[in-house]
Amino acid sequence: MIKKCLLGLLSLCSAVILFAQDNGQAQMADTMRGSGKIYVVVAVVLAILLGLFLYLVRLDRKITKLERDNRIINS
Amino acid sequence: MKQWWWKILCILLLVYTVTGGFLLEVPALPIIQESIRNLYFHVCMWFGMMILFTISVVHAVRYLGNNRLRSDILSRQYAVMGIVFGVLGYATGIIWASFTWADPNSSTFASFGAIAKDPKLIGAAIALLIYFAYLVLRDSINDIDKRARVSAVYNIFAFAFLFPSIWIIPRLLESLHPGGEGNPALNPRDVDARMRIVFYPAVIGWTLLGVWIATLKIRLQLLKDKSVLEP
Repeated sequence: MIKKCLLGLLSLCSAVILFAQDNGQAQMADTMRGSGKIYVVVAVVLAILLGLFLYLVRLDRKITKLERDNRIINS
Repeated sequence: MKQWWWKILCILLLVYTVTGGFLLEVPALPIIQESIRNLYFHVCMWFGMMILFTISVVHAVRYLGNNRLRSDILSRQYAVMGIVFGVLGYATGIIWASFTWADPNSSTFASFGAIAKDPKLIGAAIALLIYFAYLVLRDSINDIDKRARVSAVYNIFAFAFLFPSIWIIPRLLESLHPGGEGNPALNPRDVDARMRIVFYPAVIGWTLLGVWIATLKIRLQLLKDKSVLEP
């Protein structure tokens, strides 16, 4: 399930990249290339942050499962 | 996930902090320039540290009252997260200071002597070292109940020492660091209104992140020590 979701997301990303390349020749300063390219930095930091959150959420769910299993064994 | 609403709030606030923190307008000041945006990151680390240490000392006091090891585990893990935030605050401060306090005409290393003498830095270092000693003290005692009792008492001492070392003494001495006359981040006249709309959510977001990580470690520790907690 997760793998399928990731694959779908990846294909979506590649579509976006292709779209961006099409536009790049006609228009030099789209959002990502304007304002001294600060948006690129924001995107990078957001990507790191979201990756960390994903990791935390998965860790949280693993511990929740561990707690549940522990309760079942004990009762 | 257990009680997930505040975790989602944490994610949303931090995403807002990063986006708003980089893109929204800030006052233009000499020397500091765009680095004023560090207010959303560096200052929040210290706020988070203070809040986490407060939670830790509350659980230490509760342990002395109820003698339950659960409170000891909570107290310890919150203290560790507070230390992590403090170290991050220090590390970010080093980077910020080397571009705003250091003499731009010579290397940062040449101004090290002047910067390192700053009373705010020394005070924060003393406070953090006292908390490092808390962990060393804990792990040097093998008896579980004695360890919990001694470290709860030490935790109260360490928390009490935070006040002279980071709140009082640095304010009595001259310092390069802002905040000699009160707390500049909390004073509405000192922080620009444009910055407050990002700063307050940022404090809450970073603190919630610290609490989240701490609760994960607490739950793991509670599972590990199950046999001791419920005999």
